[in-house]
Amino acid sequence: MNRRRFDALIIGGGGAGLRAALQLARSDFTVAVVSKVFPTRSHTVSAQGGITAALANVDDDRWEWHMYDTVKGGDWLGDQDAIEFMCREAASAVYELEHMGLPFSRLDNGKIYQRPFGGQSKNFGGEQATRTCAAADRTGHALLHTLYQQNIKNRTQFFDEYFALDLLRDAEGYCLGVTAMNIETGEPIVIEARTTLLATGGAGRVFWNSSNAMINTGDGLGMVLRAGLPLQDMEFWQFHPTGIAGVGCLITEGVRGEGGYLLNKHGERFMERYAPHARDLAGRDVVARAIAIEIAEGRGCGAAPNQSGGDYVHLKLDHLGEKLIAEKLPGIRELSIRFAGVDPVHAPIPVAPTAHYMMGGIPTNLHGQVVAPARFGPEEAVPGLYAVGECACVSVHGANRLGGNSLLDLIVFGRAAGLHMQEYLRDNPYPRPLPESAAEHGLARLARWEQPGSERVAAISDDLRRMMQAHAGVFRTDAVLRKGLVQLDQLEQRLQHAGLQDCSRVFNTARIEALELENLLGVARATLVSAIHRTESRGAHTRDDFPQRDDAHWLKHTLYSRAADQVDTKPVRLKPLTVESIKPKERVY
Amino acid sequence: MKFRLYRFHPESGEKPFMQDVELDIDPAGKMLLDALLAIKAQDETLSLRRSCREGVCGSDAVNVNGKNRLACITPLSELKQPIEVRPLPGLPVIRDLIVDMEPFYKQYRSVKPWLINDEPEPEVERLQDPADRALLDGAYECILCGCCTTSCPSFWWNPDTFVGPAGLLQAYRFIADSRDEATAERLDNLEDPYRLYRCRGIMNCVDACPKGLNPTEAIGRIKSLLVKRRV
Repeated sequence: MNRRRFDALIIGGGGAGLRAALQLARSDFTVAVVSKVFPTRSHTVSAQGGITAALANVDDDRWEWHMYDTVKGGDWLGDQDAIEFMCREAASAVYELEHMGLPFSRLDNGKIYQRPFGGQSKNFGGEQATRTCAAADRTGHALLHTLYQQNIKNRTQFFDEYFALDLLRDAEGYCLGVTAMNIETGEPIVIEARTTLLATGGAGRVFWNSSNAMINTGDGLGMVLRAGLPLQDMEFWQFHPTGIAGVGCLITEGVRGEGGYLLNKHGERFMERYAPHARDLAGRDVVARAIAIEIAEGRGCGAAPNQSGGDYVHLKLDHLGEKLIAEKLPGIRELSIRFAGVDPVHAPIPVAPTAHYMMGGIPTNLHGQVVAPARFGPEEAVPGLYAVGECACVSVHGANRLGGNSLLDLIVFGRAAGLHMQEYLRDNPYPRPLPESAAEHGLARLARWEQPGSERVAAISDDLRRMMQAHAGVFRTDAVLRKGLVQLDQLEQRLQHAGLQDCSRVFNTARIEALELENLLGVARATLVSAIHRTESRGAHTRDDFPQRDDAHWLKHTLYSRAADQVDTKPVRLKPLTVESIKPKERVY
Repeated sequence: MKFRLYRFHPESGEKPFMQDVELDIDPAGKMLLDALLAIKAQDETLSLRRSCREGVCGSDAVNVNGKNRLACITPLSELKQPIEVRPLPGLPVIRDLIVDMEPFYKQYRSVKPWLINDEPEPEVERLQDPADRALLDGAYECILCGCCTTSCPSFWWNPDTFVGPAGLLQAYRFIADSRDEATAERLDNLEDPYRLYRCRGIMNCVDACPKGLNPTEAIGRIKSLLVKRRV
């Protein structure tokens, strides 16, 4: 079998993985990136609106205000030490991207352009702030390409189109690399590394209606669950308010930041009723719920003659004028014309909530080290293993992520992990011996799909997504979630009897989809079990049967583990690094 | 709807062939990618790359009825039947609609596609006038899908030596960037009968670019900078 060895290994070639890889590529250590797609195809490329940092280029701003907004936006579930760290580092992280060449849009004075985004305030809950740095509405594309360019400049070793199968670990729990498969040849490979970072992105493809790329299948989460490690806060999924109706493609919050707003079928600006102060720029969970209620109560647009209301609302931006749209929102104009058949210069875009972002993930500390309950406490670092980006839960987004904080999370914690991995490498200078059996798990995953079976992967995947859409969507109840869990049991049964029609080696994408489905099923179970467990409504997790936030019982993180198929909890870290704690209070916009 | 799909499976020992497929699909509002995935759901041996399904990741470039396009943003209703789908021309086929992109990436890397500026970095951002930033519009948005380069006859003949429209557009993106200090070095890198001057202004690249970019114009600007430099 093929074997390679590096000091550091990164799984995933999106923004988080590439930022960490860059930090390591500039050091004396060897680093490799394993990515199942060519890196610039990673989902970071789809991020539109921007990256948030209190640069104060347009209006007064301070990182402390950004921190307050992030804590409030996350409905007090975010860890305040991590949030302080992220908001404090934000400005320098953005300047660093500019120095690397990211083509930010510019203000007249030549500084980086910033636009208002939802949930942003001045002076701890005051007037709207203008904090999101943007490259038109293609910020993710500009960011990802810039980071990739810097990595090729610094000669990072890339394993493009390699699919990671499982972590390699020894008896003491050290992570020693991964087993992977070369997608082009179908050959397995063992890649040893003294330290490994998971940056495998989200898993939004677990829902039927999703803004996510088809590759977002939670591969790192699956690996972590199979390694017997927990996942944190998996009940929290963000439904973005403005996906193109029926398609799911995203229309950036930047549209509302630039002055666009939502209308129901009566032409009413309904957000005034739900968030009198912030209106269309309230938190994403607030706006998504409002749209869902408007639609459910018959005030949606586009109704058939026999219906009272249709299943979307209108996002109006024609009043912004063609010039502004061409300069600041060209990408969404293109998307809207292509996928909705509507030119937003002349007519409103039909939109509805779409599954967008996983706030939960692999629990980590500030340095990106994966932490799990162990002998000495609830948060002991797993030696050699790191996680960053959407697959990780550090937790800065708490129960609901603010727009523009995702790209920031990638680069701040990507950099932090890249630095800490070097510290780890210096402290652990010699490779530990790889147990002979370490690769067995990963190779067994490949061997399993040599077995014939009557059930089809594509059919199970479709049913899984429909089930999650119906049972773990914007509004949840115990009964609905439990019914979903029963269906999930059946889907897992069917997976036992699934087989591939195509057992070839070369670029067998059917086999990749089967391996991805296994990961998605793990994500679905973690989500449902955690959502049943949390008997309150907080941020994006809305329980009709428990409509209030319950700080007395639930100001804590959930930890789902697969072995017991149950949920544990750990406290939220309310104490920041240096500033005063932001005390929980009612969250109104 | 009727499709003709290019099929090639290296392990089978068979030569490539065109497969006729009929699919029951309502084309209204659907893209070619939707149809290809529906065909794959019936016959999972059909292989193609795909990811974002909204035209920004650049994975699913294929040749459709003779033109290079992204399957995910090509409306089915616009296409004449039978819809003939082939892999991108001019690159080795790995399997079905999947080509080996490495010759394309290699040319991309050859233009040093990263900002070069060795001045000490300021504590904040480098300033850039909005007018200077506007020069990057139409140059930085490339998604590396390969539609342009693989539609270029000059690249078909000289894939090892001609940078191709995508690579040259990237080269121009950094030449045009007021923050980049390596213009002379970049022009040196391109001043070559093959690397740059194999472009004969055929303009297939402009026609093929799914993002509406104009590599020929960028190439023209590089050429005129070289002329200016000489006089």
